[in-house]
Amino acid sequence: MASSASEIPAARLDRRRRSALRRLLSEPLGVIGLVLVLAVLLVAVFAPLVALHNPIALAPIDRFLPPSEEHLLGTDHLGRDLFARVVYGSRIALSVSLGATLLSLLLGVTTGLIAGYGPRWLDNALLLVFDALKSFPTVMLALALVTLVGPSLDAVILVVIISAAPSYARMARTQTLSVRHAEFVLAERSLGAGSGRIIATHILPNIIGPILIVASMDIPVVVAIEAGMSFLGLGVRPPTPSWGSILNDGFSYIRESPWPVIAGGLPIIITTLGFTFLGEALRDTFDPKRAGSR
Amino acid sequence: MATPALAIEHLDLAYRTDEGMLHALRDVSLEVAPGEIVGIVGESGCGKSSLIQAILRLMPANAVIERGRIALAGQDLLALDADSMRRLRGDRISVVFQDPMTALNPVLSIGRQMMDIQYRRDASQPAKRARAVEMLRRVRLSDPERRLEQYPHEFSGGMRQRIVIAMALMAEPELLIADEPTTALDATLELATIELLKTLQREIGCAILFVSHHLGVIAELCDRVSVMYAGEVVETGDIRSVFHQPRHPYTERLLACDPARMAERSRRLPTIPGELPDLVNLPAGCVFAERCPAAFAPCRGLPPEFYRLAGNRAARCYLSRGEALS
Repeated sequence: MASSASEIPAARLDRRRRSALRRLLSEPLGVIGLVLVLAVLLVAVFAPLVALHNPIALAPIDRFLPPSEEHLLGTDHLGRDLFARVVYGSRIALSVSLGATLLSLLLGVTTGLIAGYGPRWLDNALLLVFDALKSFPTVMLALALVTLVGPSLDAVILVVIISAAPSYARMARTQTLSVRHAEFVLAERSLGAGSGRIIATHILPNIIGPILIVASMDIPVVVAIEAGMSFLGLGVRPPTPSWGSILNDGFSYIRESPWPVIAGGLPIIITTLGFTFLGEALRDTFDPKRAGSR
Repeated sequence: MATPALAIEHLDLAYRTDEGMLHALRDVSLEVAPGEIVGIVGESGCGKSSLIQAILRLMPANAVIERGRIALAGQDLLALDADSMRRLRGDRISVVFQDPMTALNPVLSIGRQMMDIQYRRDASQPAKRARAVEMLRRVRLSDPERRLEQYPHEFSGGMRQRIVIAMALMAEPELLIADEPTTALDATLELATIELLKTLQREIGCAILFVSHHLGVIAELCDRVSVMYAGEVVETGDIRSVFHQPRHPYTERLLACDPARMAERSRRLPTIPGELPDLVNLPAGCVFAERCPAAFAPCRGLPPEFYRLAGNRAARCYLSRGEALS
């Protein structure tokens, strides 16, 4: 085995990376997820090119128009183009979900590493903080925070961080505990590496994989939190388009026209499904226990 | 004699436990001259690992050094602050651990790890890479440039152990501590690894403290040996005299138990009857008295001293008291 390894080292590595992608693409749900996520991402990035109208331009005469060539999803109670609002709403949804998830990861993993690698008392103190934060019900927390700082995107992001970061921190901590006594860490310490060095170059790469996958599966939850808070009027302020607020407007005028509700709901379903499929496919692809069976 | 590369004098190390202080090392004295290979041999639980941790100052939190001195080339290690000690590790002292399968980070390539531990050198990336390649070549790994791209799981145990040795010797340390580096390898690889260590030791000129419970390996590699039992060095001397004329009954028994040295086949492997003494409540006299076939009255009275004998030897046994040099 040792001698055969010497003949194909680079090729083998390459093949492993390629096979991970191929495994992802060999799964129908993975492909669907990837396509949906890419589509939403592209729409968000190129929103001004995709949307044919200004999402906040009022046209009271054109209220509640059904879908047509001019207005792909019709118009809402103020005559605004729903398609344009949905397209611009994707920017809010993605920036909040990706940004908040990234921040939660950053904060959670850092504190988790510190808790797992640091002294016992610090670990206990941080665990107490994680558990206290996790025990807040999300909706109550959202209401309380908004009362405190007013409805805004920052409030949404803060709610997400407070509810998501502690679970990432707990995961990072547990994984760190299982790696910190590995012999290669001891070996590295006896070769003179300091704590920072060991955490950054040896522990982090060993623990980050599973956490990233869990985070990717949390993204749809964050999309839903943002939509939900905007629906309740706790998130994005009007007239900025958000899928949640489109849904809320449509909800108030549902007797007049069903299109605003459909326009607000559809992208939420597409996006959450896309991220969920992709996350699950990623998990299966990188789970060594499942890898053998396919 | 020149200043020894490593000098340990009357080291006492204890662990705080719920039952009380556990005296893991007692009055351990040891010297390794520059360029010398000294073996430490003893059964499991004799304090070998505690000793290594104490030298590196990587002890568990409940360990206390109660007495003694550890000096690296005359510099008192116990007096150093934590940061200076950290800078010394991997630079002037290096370690090779027992299990090559777990001593490398599984998610980083060999090259990344080998270049990474050179962070103290003020060298460019290509220079560090060249150095890593050179070290792999020195441990006789074929095709080192390509090896750097590979991950630990792509190597066999013997190759990994050579990589670990290459990493430990990267900074050309004054002292290499080898903690049973061949225990996890099979017999042929064991021999090859010993030969490699010998060659590298000649090239680099470092001193080696070689810890093992394998008498054959110690005999093959070391100039001198210290035999440890229950936290004490019971006998020390150059390899030939200790193996041919052991001065401590424990050494004698240990040699008798080595299957490779048994004169004839027997149905049962010989063992030393009895158990290790309780290190929390130490026996009054000699720690080996309970298991010693030669024990007599004084052995159960006071612990024997470490008697210096002719021929640069020493033994912690009343049988040697008569010949002790003052």
